[in-house]
Amino acid sequence: MTVPKISLRGVTKSFGPKQVLRGIDLDVATGESVVVIGGSGTGKSVLLKCILGLMEPDAGSIKIDGEETTRLGDAERNRVMRKFGMLFQGGALFDSLRVWQNVAFGPIQSDGMAPARAREVAIEKLANVGLGPDIAELFPSELSGGMQKRVALARAIAREPEIIFFDEPTTGLDPIMADVINELVVKCVSALGATAVSITHDMASARKIGHRIAMLYDGKLIWQGPVGEIDHCGNPHVEQFIHGRAEGPIQMQVRKL
Amino acid sequence: MTIPVITQLGRMVLALMATIGAVSAFAGRAVQQTVRPPYFKAQIARQMLEIGYYSLPVVGLTAIFTGMVLALQSYTGFARFSAESAIPNVVVVSLTRELGPVLAGLMVAGRVGAAMAAEIGTMRVTEQIDALKTLSTDPFKYLVAPRLIAGVVTLPMLVLIADIIGVLGGYLVGVYKLDFNDATYLRNTIEFLQFQDVFSGLVKAAVFGFLITLMGCYHGYTSRGGAQGVGLATTNAVVSASILILTANYFITEAFFAR
Repeated sequence: MTVPKISLRGVTKSFGPKQVLRGIDLDVATGESVVVIGGSGTGKSVLLKCILGLMEPDAGSIKIDGEETTRLGDAERNRVMRKFGMLFQGGALFDSLRVWQNVAFGPIQSDGMAPARAREVAIEKLANVGLGPDIAELFPSELSGGMQKRVALARAIAREPEIIFFDEPTTGLDPIMADVINELVVKCVSALGATAVSITHDMASARKIGHRIAMLYDGKLIWQGPVGEIDHCGNPHVEQFIHGRAEGPIQMQVRKL
Repeated sequence: MTIPVITQLGRMVLALMATIGAVSAFAGRAVQQTVRPPYFKAQIARQMLEIGYYSLPVVGLTAIFTGMVLALQSYTGFARFSAESAIPNVVVVSLTRELGPVLAGLMVAGRVGAAMAAEIGTMRVTEQIDALKTLSTDPFKYLVAPRLIAGVVTLPMLVLIADIIGVLGGYLVGVYKLDFNDATYLRNTIEFLQFQDVFSGLVKAAVFGFLITLMGCYHGYTSRGGAQGVGLATTNAVVSASILILTANYFITEAFFAR
């Protein structure tokens, strides 16, 4: 059996008395795209940040290419980080830098590429996400939300990572732009042959970009399976979520006014 | 009744200790990055411009009026026992030892410390700091170290300029208002001035530069929870930097001049 690209076993994370992750087991094969769905505040972002190494889990094991990555030193962490690309929810573009400098940031600062060459790479990556060279000199604040997302995607793929993480790629976009982003995500991931892990609560997006879906509820993955099976999985929690019903086993913690 | 008070006191002491520990760990990590190559030279230059050049108007204005008021105030005092000739010396010594570094430090804390906390705080809450990490760039090296270096290098230069402008302010009041002879005023200014006076002020400035940038970066880096968190970080950066400047000022003065 081949080693999974990403392998999580018994990952837990708490903030004070609040247990956010209560033992996550997940395997992602090379070239596979897994989408983690779940309601707001269920710990999807925490899970992603633990895999990325931006947060240290309290317990459990996270292996990338079979290598344990929890409790790594700074230099080791940077080496593993080199395999990753990340699309942040709000884009997280550096607002003091121009668009091309954002995209070229990884190649220039971390890989030591010459700025002139990196600029060409940046413009090529921008073209990959459907943006022309005319916006390269603009600042991120001068772009619309959808364009910012695309620039952020270009930055995430600029170093040709082996694994790409997507944090709610369609949040805050209109349905058409959301679909444009979904298609770009699928295109970029398959062009790089990368492994992808996404988190979202947008079912249309999950169906489009995922090969496999896992649902996070109450700190655990309560269901995992291929995208095609989600509509008849027989799990009441999953069914409530994908149909977006207020009534069901998942009780939103809403205080009475 | 006494128990809750003591509990409260204990909590406050523990919280204070935790903060001191966190700041020290932050400072340690930051200083490590300032001495380890590679350096982000463009970042350092940008910060030096921000801290030094753009602070010149506000620091210059502070200095000139401080020098003017010093001359005027010491005249009203010294005239009572006919010691007017000491005024140039009082002005220059007060400025170089104390008022130059302290007032420049406080002005820069308000201007630059706040801006740093706001900028880094916004980067924190918009996940730009996480984004730096995913691009294999250490935020301590890219964001914090250049600011610390720029602060320690630039503030002494700024204070030296403030000293000169302050003396000029004293000179203007002395010559045009108090009818000093201009040559005498300048001679009295320079003659009694010791190297130690200026040097101790510049050492203070370097320490203040470190404290201001450290507080700006620390509070920005550790800010939480949106616009309100960034606002709080900004306030904390200015208040803590100001208090640290005044505290450090006493101890540096004692180290230099107490015998």
